[in-house]
Amino acid sequence: MHPAYSVIFLTTLIGVGQGLFLALYTGQVYSLANLLPAQDSQGFYAIGSVVSLVLLVGGLIASFFHLGHPERAWRAASKWRTSWLSREVIVLPAFMSLVALYALTHYFGLTTPLFTVADTLAVDVTLIIGLLASVLAFVLFLCTAMIYASVKFLQEWHCALTVSNYMLLGIASGFMLAAAFSAYMGIDLVAFFGTWAVIFTLMALVSRGASLIRNRRLRHKVSLKSAIGMRHSQMQQKAQGFMGGSFNTREFFHGSSPNRVKLIRYLFLLLVFPLPVLLVGVSHVMESPNLPILAFLSQYLGLIAERWYFFAEAKHPQNLYYQTVS
Amino acid sequence: MTQLALVIDLNVCVGCHACVTSCKEWNTSGWAGPMPDQRPYDADPSGVFFNRVQTYEIGEYPTTETLHFPKSCLHCETPPCVPVCPTGASYKREDNGVVLVDYDKCIGCKYCSWACPYGAREFDEQNRVMKKCTLCIDRITDQTLPESERKPACVLACPTSARIFGDVHDPESEASVAIREQGGYQLMPEWGTEPANQYLPRRRTRMHIHTDELVRADNPLKKEQVRLPIGTGDTIDDVAW
Repeated sequence: MHPAYSVIFLTTLIGVGQGLFLALYTGQVYSLANLLPAQDSQGFYAIGSVVSLVLLVGGLIASFFHLGHPERAWRAASKWRTSWLSREVIVLPAFMSLVALYALTHYFGLTTPLFTVADTLAVDVTLIIGLLASVLAFVLFLCTAMIYASVKFLQEWHCALTVSNYMLLGIASGFMLAAAFSAYMGIDLVAFFGTWAVIFTLMALVSRGASLIRNRRLRHKVSLKSAIGMRHSQMQQKAQGFMGGSFNTREFFHGSSPNRVKLIRYLFLLLVFPLPVLLVGVSHVMESPNLPILAFLSQYLGLIAERWYFFAEAKHPQNLYYQTVS
Repeated sequence: MTQLALVIDLNVCVGCHACVTSCKEWNTSGWAGPMPDQRPYDADPSGVFFNRVQTYEIGEYPTTETLHFPKSCLHCETPPCVPVCPTGASYKREDNGVVLVDYDKCIGCKYCSWACPYGAREFDEQNRVMKKCTLCIDRITDQTLPESERKPACVLACPTSARIFGDVHDPESEASVAIREQGGYQLMPEWGTEPANQYLPRRRTRMHIHTDELVRADNPLKKEQVRLPIGTGDTIDDVAW
C-alpha cells in the first residue's frame, strides 16, 4: 500500500493525544489513592489536556488532507452500523469534546467532591469526565485499528495484533510525552510517567515484533491462478492494459526500493523502542530535564517511520493484476 | 431477484480494447461521467477507466498461449466495498444488483478501493470522488431505447461477442446458460465476495478434416481423373450414374 502522510500523521498524532490523556488521568487516579502527590489542577491537568487536545486537533486536520471532499466529511458519521471508519469519525470528536471538558473543569478548579464513595473515594466532576474520556480513548484506539484490521484482503493487517499495536504504541508514546511534559514543567512525575512509558514501550515491542514475525511468515491467500482463473504453473503478465499510470498503480504500491523499506524498518525498530528506553533510563540517573523530551521526540519520529512501514508492508491482492506495464 | 452481470468468454476475446474505448466514450458523457484524463498527450499519462484489457502469457515457449483478460467491476453479490463506506455513497441497487457510487455523497476517502480485492475502483483525481463500472446503468435502464440496445456499451462494441450481458439469477438467461454449459467461473472465489460477473475458460478448439471433405467427388474440373466403375463412351455425358 502507498503510505499517505495524511493518514500517518492522523494515526500517530491522535495516538499520542489519547495516550497523553490516559497518562494524565492515570496520574489523577494515583494521586487520588495517595500514591502520588496531588498536582495543581490548572498547571498540570488543564495544560496537559490542552496539549492532548492540540495533538488530537492536529490529527483531525491531517485527516482532512486525505479526503477528496473534506466539506462533506460530516456525511461520514452516517454508516456507523457497518463501517469502522464511520465509527472513528463519531468517536474522535466525542473524545475531543470530553478532553476539552476535562481541561475546562480542571482550569476552573471544579474539583470539590460531589460525593464520597465508602468514606474514602472523593468523586468530583473531573474524575467522572476523565473516566468517560478514558473509555472513549480505548474505543477510539479500537476504531482506528479496526479500520485496518477489518480489511480481510490486506492479510498483513487482518489480525488482532494490529489492534494491540495501535493501542500500545499510542499509550507508550502518550506516557513518554507525559514524562517529557513533566520534565519540561519541572513537575516531580518524570519517574512515574517514565517508568510506565518504558513498560508500555516494551509491551509494544512484543506486540509489534510479533506482528513483524507473523507477516514475514505470512502466506498469501490468493495468487495469479485464482486472480485470472487459470491453473498453470507458468504464467506471466505481458500487459496490464495501459502504458501510463493509474490509480491502481499509485494507491497500492509504495514505490520504494526493498532496501529503503528495510532501512525504514530498522530505523523505527531503533527509534521507537531501545533509544527512548535508554534515554529515559539515563535521564533517571542523571536527573536531566532534557532527555525525556528527547526520548519522546525520538519515539514520535520513530512512530512516523513505523506507520510508513505498516502501510508499505501490506500487499494488496489487486497488485496481482498490475505487474507489467507492457 | 435480479442480478445483472457480464459473462466474458476468454476463449473468444481477441484483446482489441474495443470494450475499453467504447466504455469510456459512453460513460464519460453519461450518468457516470466524466472520466477525466491527466496529461493524456504528455509523459506519464493517467486517467479513469472502468474497464481494462490485460494480456497474459501462459506456458513455456514454444508452447505458449496468449490470454486476453478484460477486467472491470464484478458487481459482487456480497460486495466488500459497500459496508466499509462511511457515508453510504457506495451501494448495491436492490432491484438489479448493480454496485454504484453516489458521487454527491462520496467524500473521496478511498477506503472502498482498499476493500476491493480486484482493484475495480478508480479514483477520479479531478472530481475527487471514487468511480467504477456502472454496467452502463443509464443505458440498461433506459426504457426509451429499443430492447436490443439496452445493454452495456462494452457488450455492444465487442466485435467477437465475447461479452454476454444478462440476469445471472434467471436460470434461462443467455448468461446463466453460458455459465452452466461452458464452465463459467468466478475470480478469487477464496474471498467469499461472490462476484456476479463470471468468465468462460479457454477451451481447446480442434477441427477434424478428412480428405474426402476437401475433395469434391463430383468436381467437374476433375472429371477426366475420375475412374468410373463402368465403361464409358466418347463422352461421359451419357453415363447413367
